[in-house]
Amino acid sequence: MDKQKRNENYNIYVESKVPKTKAWPSLFKAFLVGGIICAIGQGFFDLYSYLFPNLAESEVTTCMLMSIIFITCLLTGFGIYDVIGAWGGAGSVIPITGFSNSISSPAIEFKKEGIIYGICVKMFTIAGPVIVCGVVGSIVCGFVALFI
Amino acid sequence: MQTIKMKNNTYLLDGYSIVGPLEGKGPLKDYFDYILKDDTLKEKTFEKAERKLLENIVTGAIDKAGLKTSDIDFFFGGDLLNQIVSSSYTARELEIPFIGLYSACATMAESIGLAALFVDNGLAENALAATCTHFSSAERQYRFPLELGNQRAPTTQWTITGGGASVVSCLKSKVKIVAVTFGKVLDFGIMDVNNMGAAMAPAACDTIREHIKNMGRKTSDYDFIATGDLGKLGCEILFDLLEQDKIILGKNYQDCGCMMYNKTQRTFMGGSGAGCSASVFNGYILSKLKKGEFKRVLLVSTGALMSTTTNQQGDTIPSIAHAVEFEYVGAQNENNLAAAQKPKNENFSKNSLKNSKNATKNAKNRAKTKKGEKK
Amino acid sequence: MISVWDYVISFLVGGIICFLGQILVIRTKITTARILVLFMVIGMVLEVFNVYAPFREFGKAGATVPIIGFGASLARGAIMATKEYGIIGIFTGGLTAASGGIAMAIFASFIFALIFSSKSKRGGH
Repeated sequence: MDKQKRNENYNIYVESKVPKTKAWPSLFKAFLVGGIICAIGQGFFDLYSYLFPNLAESEVTTCMLMSIIFITCLLTGFGIYDVIGAWGGAGSVIPITGFSNSISSPAIEFKKEGIIYGICVKMFTIAGPVIVCGVVGSIVCGFVALFI
Repeated sequence: MQTIKMKNNTYLLDGYSIVGPLEGKGPLKDYFDYILKDDTLKEKTFEKAERKLLENIVTGAIDKAGLKTSDIDFFFGGDLLNQIVSSSYTARELEIPFIGLYSACATMAESIGLAALFVDNGLAENALAATCTHFSSAERQYRFPLELGNQRAPTTQWTITGGGASVVSCLKSKVKIVAVTFGKVLDFGIMDVNNMGAAMAPAACDTIREHIKNMGRKTSDYDFIATGDLGKLGCEILFDLLEQDKIILGKNYQDCGCMMYNKTQRTFMGGSGAGCSASVFNGYILSKLKKGEFKRVLLVSTGALMSTTTNQQGDTIPSIAHAVEFEYVGAQNENNLAAAQKPKNENFSKNSLKNSKNATKNAKNRAKTKKGEKK
Repeated sequence: MISVWDYVISFLVGGIICFLGQILVIRTKITTARILVLFMVIGMVLEVFNVYAPFREFGKAGATVPIIGFGASLARGAIMATKEYGIIGIFTGGLTAASGGIAMAIFASFIFALIFSSKSKRGGH
């Protein structure tokens, strides 16, 4: 139809009009933020290995992850993590801290709607898919392991 | 015809605008009536804050126009929140007959237009048009939680905190409402909610074209043409679209969203939201109109009519634009006032004279107290 | 035990993963939830094909901190439990392995949600 063609042309035109931002600064920022978060993780890993020499490596890793998750929730509460996120982009999303922030930010945001319908219901509005896909994926992996 | 010309004399008695702290640091800060220091207005939630903001705007406008709440016959208003709660709850407090409107960010022009039509046809003596938006409440409804650490796309706009109200009246003032054009809903197939300017530009183009064609004018006849919230990208697209229709926008064209913030305020394409055109019009444009620095102004508020649900279901973004034309009639009115002051013409619009006098007095007092506050 | 090299390699590996993620963000306007899911699935795939273990050995925290590590631990938990307990392990293994992180995220979010409120933003970045 005529309208469809008009819309297609318009979309192509708009695409050409969208200002091209320089990619390198944001890529560098993501690299820096992601790297620093991982290095902090390594710091916790070494700390816990030193404090609890009896723990297995996987348990130390869990402790380390729990620590940075806790810190992220705290930073989210103080309104600092979204500043880091806006600056670092994917660098703050891809580490486990991004997962933690995506749970704590709606929890804090929607507390005004009450504890049950606010905090508890809305907590997984963003991180829900991660948990769902994670659980479904792990079950698929289990089946794969069963048959191999 | 899409454009409705006012038959009788319909005036914009006065307007009042309030903006938030971020907008109060922008280039138009001297023109707004009040700048909030705290955008929660000491309320517990941002929705309550938006409500209070609109309430303050409405009472401010009525005060500034030198009227009482009971003088207002109808209140036309809307906002961006679901079920236009801010306006409805404000109307609950005011107890003025309320006509709730929704055209997203185009609500200001729509409500002024309808108020003018009511007054023009003698259905009301004074009607109020008001709208406002709040960044934080819009953000949590339309986008993500405030504390989520995500990056905004470079084409996004910043929903402003603020709003404005205009009192439309049959009483004489310096600003006359000449004509209204209600726009068609247009959809050019834009899907990206982070690029509203591109979605709304065709609607703005259509409304501007229809308006100037029906009025038999050129764009250069206007001292100022303002679109609502197209943003930088939307403006560029509007230029190109109008050029295809051989309509050239000159330096007299500006976008309220682009005017709202400084470049250093990192708001990407500029301001957006129903409150954007409302506060810029009632703050900046109206004060210029009243001084006579602008003789003829066209306000084109633009709105994107999608919801988060339609967007998630893969629908494109329909958009609308409404236009209202204003004219400065100050000099002519002063003559009338002078004529009215002669004892012979005692019956001539005694009431209106009183009222307009009161209004100017009030405005002067207000200005004085403001200056005092600043000192 | 502590060597500077561990930190350098964590920084570089973590940084490069985020760098790749940012390329995706710029190119496709992907949202937060989608990035998280995508990288978690990548982690699972790596684990299933036995690539993740050597990668973790090399990358240290640079491999475990990104959500890739979370996905891999879910997959590894399910695979190990299946081998050990049979069919019941398919369902219990994944969440058991990732329980620490999820529990802490929920608990901390709940507590801090009770304490803090969201704040207005003063312009983007």
